[in-house]
Amino acid sequence: MSFLKSKFRHPKLPRNDLGLTQQAYEGPLSTLCAGCGHDAIGASIIQACHELSIPPHRIAKLSGIGCSSKAPTYFLDKAHGFNSVHGRMPSIVTGANMANRDLVYIGMSGDGDTSAIGMGQFAHVVRRRLNMLYLVANNGVYGLTKGQTSATADEGSLSKQGQANPLEGIDLVTMAIQLGATFVARSFSGDKRELLPLIKAGLSHNGFAFIDIVSPCVTFNNHAGSTKSYDYVRDHVTTGAVTDFVPVEEEIIVSSSDSEAQDICLHDGSILRLQKTGNEYDPQDRQQALAAIEQSRQQDRILTGLLYVDPAAQDLHEVLGTTDKPLNSLGERALCPGSDVLEVINDSFR
Amino acid sequence: MKQTDTQSPEHFHKVVNCQYACPAHTPVPEYIRLIAERRYTDAYMVNWQSNVFPGVLGRVCDRPCEPACRRGRVEETPVAICRLKRVAADHKEDIADRLPTIPTEKNGKRIGLIGAGPASLTVARDLLPLGYQVTIFDRDAKAGGMVRSQIPAFRLPEEVLDEEVDRVLDMGVETRFGTDITSMKSLLEENFDAVFVGTGAPSGRDLKIPGRDEAGEQVQVGINWLAGVAFGHITETTKNVIVLGGGNTAMDCCRTALRLGAKAVNVVVRSSYEDMKASPWEKDDAQAEGITFVNHHVPKDYVIEDGKLVGMRFDVVESVYDENGKRSLVPTGQEPVFIAADTVLVAIGQDAKFPWIEPGLGIEFDNWGMPVLNDQTLQSTRPGLFFGGDAAFGPENVITAVAHGHQAALSIDLYCQGKDLVEERPAETYDLISQKMGVHEWSYQNVVSNDERQAVPHMDLGDALQRIDAEVELGFDERLALKEAARCLSCDVHTVFTTNRCIECGACEDICPMDCINFADNGEEQDLRSRLRVPACDSEEDLYVSADLKTGQVMVKDEDLCLHCGLCAERCPTGAWDMQKFILKLA
Ligand SMILES: Cc1cc2nc3c(=O)[nH]c(=O)nc-3n(C[C@H](O)[C@H](O)[C@H](O)COP(=O)(O)OP(=O)(O)OC[C@H]3O[C@@H](n4cnc5c(N)ncnc54)[C@H](O)[C@@H]3O)c2cc1C
Ligand SMILES: Cc1ncc(C[n+]2csc(CCOP(=O)(O)OP(=O)(O)O)c2C)c(N)n1
Ligand code: SF4
Ligand code: SF4
Ligand SMILES: [Mg+2]
Repeated sequence: MSFLKSKFRHPKLPRNDLGLTQQAYEGPLSTLCAGCGHDAIGASIIQACHELSIPPHRIAKLSGIGCSSKAPTYFLDKAHGFNSVHGRMPSIVTGANMANRDLVYIGMSGDGDTSAIGMGQFAHVVRRRLNMLYLVANNGVYGLTKGQTSATADEGSLSKQGQANPLEGIDLVTMAIQLGATFVARSFSGDKRELLPLIKAGLSHNGFAFIDIVSPCVTFNNHAGSTKSYDYVRDHVTTGAVTDFVPVEEEIIVSSSDSEAQDICLHDGSILRLQKTGNEYDPQDRQQALAAIEQSRQQDRILTGLLYVDPAAQDLHEVLGTTDKPLNSLGERALCPGSDVLEVINDSFR
Repeated sequence: MKQTDTQSPEHFHKVVNCQYACPAHTPVPEYIRLIAERRYTDAYMVNWQSNVFPGVLGRVCDRPCEPACRRGRVEETPVAICRLKRVAADHKEDIADRLPTIPTEKNGKRIGLIGAGPASLTVARDLLPLGYQVTIFDRDAKAGGMVRSQIPAFRLPEEVLDEEVDRVLDMGVETRFGTDITSMKSLLEENFDAVFVGTGAPSGRDLKIPGRDEAGEQVQVGINWLAGVAFGHITETTKNVIVLGGGNTAMDCCRTALRLGAKAVNVVVRSSYEDMKASPWEKDDAQAEGITFVNHHVPKDYVIEDGKLVGMRFDVVESVYDENGKRSLVPTGQEPVFIAADTVLVAIGQDAKFPWIEPGLGIEFDNWGMPVLNDQTLQSTRPGLFFGGDAAFGPENVITAVAHGHQAALSIDLYCQGKDLVEERPAETYDLISQKMGVHEWSYQNVVSNDERQAVPHMDLGDALQRIDAEVELGFDERLALKEAARCLSCDVHTVFTTNRCIECGACEDICPMDCINFADNGEEQDLRSRLRVPACDSEEDLYVSADLKTGQVMVKDEDLCLHCGLCAERCPTGAWDMQKFILKLA
């Protein structure tokens, strides 16, 4: 078994605007099971951050507990990292984000971590519209604890032992839309062509971005009868909106000559380009999104792609009117202005 | 693109860049692995089987394998393949009991080999175990050909050559040394069942420009002079020596002159330093010994004073390249340059010549005086008469002579059995053997060493120049050898892909350190190359393309920079990738 990846890389690896190759965004060799969807998600995160030229040390990756929550170890080893308690990643990101709004926050969670023990935390971080990208690597099981059926498992899906799940699964994208998320997508770890632009767009979105990523557990939930296996997902995927991500600087070159496409301009000037697929899916229509998701579910289809976006949304800092600088850059004078200032504040309430 | 054809060995063989580049297809990674396991005798035998002269070649081989070595593309420098070969030879134990047995009962076929160079010796080595009776003729008193007469002892000690030449002769060759063959016609009257011509390219070119006749013995053809030194007829030289030419013969001449007492040795070359034909390491060694290279000088005349040669004059030129990169040497218009010399060694090329082959024997020659041959079977236009080594297509090197020897021996064997040399020639085949030992365990060293190439130690320069037969390179000691052997990427252990096992999880694509593996929509080769993770539009290395996968995509692996680290196979949940050792079965 290899514990190290060779230090050699392709000499012609592309460099980004920071002059970095993808190697600067990698992590150590994964110890997840071979073929785990979570590693494919990690690879897409590496590629997205590299292509967006985000300085690796300006990223914070946070997670809870689970194989999915362990996955951040294996990407972005130069980023800040926090492996929190089971289901508590949202609180930690909230604190970190409130203190330092300048970092790029990636929360990596699992279906167990989010839809079971962490459900309360999840609901509130969505509602708070924290500026972050929240990813759920959704495999329908508790992988780390040997494959117990989780709350997102579909009704009727068979466990490895052959038992049918008697309960309806929680649909995280529906919940996220209802709770006020302003960027909601679903994708599949086995389809990087779809996943990569979604991750890039989610990172560029201002406000709470959520991607539910079906990510097969090769060890406990990749058998026939499971609705989260590679084969089942490939056979049951329906794409809502096919999305390309156009970064800020390329915008002019690509321009809207392609009349088949609809552009959505994000907060930072980058563009989400929706290809016309013939199904006329409009991801800016919240009601239609919810209806389409429900309709697919009833037809045993997994609706993927960008499901809903509000490009003009405000994030929590804007809503609360907080200071526009990270607290650690404010200095003692600003943070602790003294008793005479307190006097003035108190007086204003008298 | 079509799915890669893995029926013939071509694809996998090409991936083993070193082995593919070696004219004799020596299984390089296999013997390096044996060295890494300190199984030197086994490593030697793998070599001996393939190239007959591992001790010789481990010192003087032209090493076409090294520029081909993948390590040179992955980082800066290739594995020191040639030096490792020498390690096997230096550290081996007695191999007598591993040599093929020679049948006491012969098969009744008699083969005549003309010339006792590496080409003929290889033919003999291959045919003797099959029961052939072999007779070798050479005008020299000992076997070895130019390896003995030309390659100086400071690069190749005589004992090393003797050992490997004698091993062949001791297999039961009838030797007729000291016999100059002056008539093919009378040789053919000896009624051999087949004859092989391995007479090399022994005719060195002279440089006939004004003053040549007056200069007389002071101007010498390089290869004749080197042979004189090798056979002990020449033991000293003069103070100022000019060597004309920029190839390996020139390098041997200048370094030999230094050892015979010359004080100033100038190698004067028409081309630029970069365009000189000599191998880079030979140029380095010569310069390290204090030889001066004078480039861009074209000989004009020999300067004679009082009936004696005192030097030469040269026109100065510069290299001009046209848009196709073709070079021409253009005069600069400068005054001719005089360089003093009391001896001039001419090393500007050599030719194969066959004045002793009479017309009318059915042996055709082309316009350049070279025999007309089938380049696979090496048979001439006269059935049963074969050519090989430098005599076949002009001067090459020892390993090419060996490769020709193998092909000729195969042809001779077929010919003597009355078989068709082309139609009934056995095809090359191959085996692939899985290296899987356990879940993530391989029977080869898959972890890639990060070490840089180890330099081979040299003896003290002052001492080296004192004795003509002091071998300059000391060879790797065991510590250096193991470090260097660990640099080999084991390119013969292939990533073999089984399409119907792949579930397209992408794990292999993600883990590959060199971004070799891609899952993509199929297309024409150039299109596909442009869409790889790292595009490879002008690469010479092949793509490995699978059949259609379930999603309709194909797996495309760019073989160029694969480290053969096996990570793809370790990360694959279904065993769609396996690491399998390639064993080429030459006929
Ligand atoms: C100075 C010099 C240095 C070299 N250095 C290297 C090196 O470092 N590495 C390398 O790989 N190659 C080197 N070479 C090339 C290499 O020596 C030859 O390519 C190789 O020896 C060719 O082998 P061969 O068997 O074809 O013929 P040769 O080795 O040339 O042997 C031919 C034999 O035939 C004999 N012969 C010829 N005509 C007759 C006749 N009519 N009757 C009887 N006998 C005859 C000759 O005496 C000779 O012994 C060098 C060559 C020279 C000149
Ligand atoms: C407070 C607490 N409760 C329970 C556990 C046990 N536990 C560890 S991981 C896990 C479930 C993880 O499932 P999921 O988030 O889906 O991750 P996966 O391993 O499937 O990627 C549980 C219940 C724990 N570590 N901490
Ligand atoms: S148990 Fe399942 S989720 Fe955990 S690493 Fe293995 S495949 Fe991935
Ligand atoms: S790791 Fe194996 S199963 Fe997964 S894509 Fe690669 S070859 Fe296919
Ligand atoms: Mg899970």
